[in-house]
Amino acid sequence: MAAAPLLDVDGLVTGFEAGNRFVPVVRGVSFSIARGETLALVGESGSGKSLTALSILGLVPPPGRVAAGRILFEEVDLATLDERALQPLRGGRVGYVFQEPATALNPVFTIGDQIVETLEVHGVAYGAAARTAAVDLLADVAVPEPARRLDAYPHELSGGLRQRALIAMALACGPVLLIADEPTSALDATVQAEILDLLRGLKARRDLAMLLITHDFGVVAHNADRVAVMYAGQVVEQAAVEALFAAPAHPYTRALLASMPDAVPRGGRLPAIPGAVPLPGEFGNACAFAPRCAARFDACDREAPALVSVGAGHTARCLLYPAGTDLGEATGRQAPVRADQRAGDAR
Amino acid sequence: MTPLLSVRHLVKDFSSRNGLFGGKSVARAVDDVSFDVGEGETFGLVGESGSGKTTVARSILRLVEPTSGEIRLRGRDVLALDRAELRRARRDMQLVFQDPHSSLNPRMRAGAIVEEPLVVHRMGDRAARRARVEALFELVGLDRAHLGRYPHEFSGGQRQRIGLARALALSPSFVVADEPVSALDLSVQAQVINLLMDLQSRLGLTYLLIAHDLRLVRHACDRVAVMYRGRLVEMGPTEAIFNNARHPYTRALLSAMPAADPTRRPARIAIDDTTFDVRAPLVEAAPGHWARTS
Repeated sequence: MAAAPLLDVDGLVTGFEAGNRFVPVVRGVSFSIARGETLALVGESGSGKSLTALSILGLVPPPGRVAAGRILFEEVDLATLDERALQPLRGGRVGYVFQEPATALNPVFTIGDQIVETLEVHGVAYGAAARTAAVDLLADVAVPEPARRLDAYPHELSGGLRQRALIAMALACGPVLLIADEPTSALDATVQAEILDLLRGLKARRDLAMLLITHDFGVVAHNADRVAVMYAGQVVEQAAVEALFAAPAHPYTRALLASMPDAVPRGGRLPAIPGAVPLPGEFGNACAFAPRCAARFDACDREAPALVSVGAGHTARCLLYPAGTDLGEATGRQAPVRADQRAGDAR
Repeated sequence: MTPLLSVRHLVKDFSSRNGLFGGKSVARAVDDVSFDVGEGETFGLVGESGSGKTTVARSILRLVEPTSGEIRLRGRDVLALDRAELRRARRDMQLVFQDPHSSLNPRMRAGAIVEEPLVVHRMGDRAARRARVEALFELVGLDRAHLGRYPHEFSGGQRQRIGLARALALSPSFVVADEPVSALDLSVQAQVINLLMDLQSRLGLTYLLIAHDLRLVRHACDRVAVMYRGRLVEMGPTEAIFNNARHPYTRALLSAMPAADPTRRPARIAIDDTTFDVRAPLVEAAPGHWARTS
């Protein structure tokens, strides 16, 4: 376990300039990914998960910018690199898969043209060799009749096949890290399941590390090794996937899992979380979840909790846990949730 | 007892021209769909995009004109209504949209958005409408002090509450909810699901719920119909559909539902449409449980 992680993000702060004020959206995010490992970054809209992913390769659109933090990838700090140095990494050592395959592909070029272009730009293969490589890539992502599909335009493919083509493009240059931002949320359930199976298979076959950004705990459960839960621009809990589901520590994680429609008997009242997700600039200086939290106590409105260890490889950002807490394996999902959390429902 | 809504042999074709000089081609979006929805029931319609579920819902509200078939609301033939009659009938059937961001006029204040259907249908005078809007705000859990705010000043969950208040303004008995929570943040979905269920029991509403989230469908629906390529392939009580699915497509769809639990990894069943015939007759396999199996 002494090997340095493939990606090590430390204290990342990303935000945007609004007037003469800097509004942080990502507020000191730290995580690491080992080779061949999948880390799921799970959160709601506005949690900063997508902006975290965009920060890694300097893709934050203006007026946004990375204000602080270290992004070590293969031991180089990407935060210090300029555009020219970052460009070859994008689609090279690091592949990107975006949410909406319809918009990520160029509608006026064939799938083949776009994969070949990626190969040529990165100097991996040219001409006929690049076309052959493109067919192999499409075959590798289980596109049926890959040679024929090479000449298809994006609109001629189903959503599932477009997403496969996009994954093929992301894999073109043999990346070691794949960043997948909601790779299946625009797809139908059965197609989503197929794409998730494909990603799991690729990860195993190619020893690919993955940063999987999602809001869906079902996706997390079946595709992640470790999970970082984000809320209001911070990681509020991080754990191995089994530990997170068996013994969620942070009241936010716990409340979210408990509010799922399959967590209560049919037709019963869901234990809803009151209130709404805070907007950037309105996170406050204390615990950002406190206004919605069933376990809140006085200190929660004053103190900003630090991320503390609550078990082996398990951290949580909550004042319930003094540093050095060990929840151990015995803690069930129903653990210290106060009764009013069940009744708590915003009106 | 006559059902509140009765749909028989509903067909909707969409025609399109192939290219500039091409001939016309016809796509059958909905193919011979029949079902009943009882008073006070929540009836779920599930299926993937393009399966025709939204077209069924829009046909019932006559937002699209069906090609053929029969739709009866409280025994009245909806497709035979003329414009004036349809206008009146629309009071009784309303649609809740998926996306509260794009379905509310950004330049209208929340109070005016909720009041608009009352104005359009010439219900009451200004004072009566104002009182009704305030009551509706209360009903959906909004603060009446916010009547004068614009949609962008509300959170997504609150905007969906405004959409609900507007849909309920004319006291409908039948509400089509097309993906009512899927555009909302996960942590506010449960609030809106609870609200929909509260409103149903308080107002005796009947719901046609369209959702791709099968967990929501299982939670909220009394009965479920599964659509595949324009056809209804299975229909039955929610428990029967989820615990004892008969049709191969239903089984494939259920197996694709990712459980939020890493220790439960159901074996996935791929869709193989060579194993079933979508034109096979719907057979009642168990009381109230129909499936198209040959």
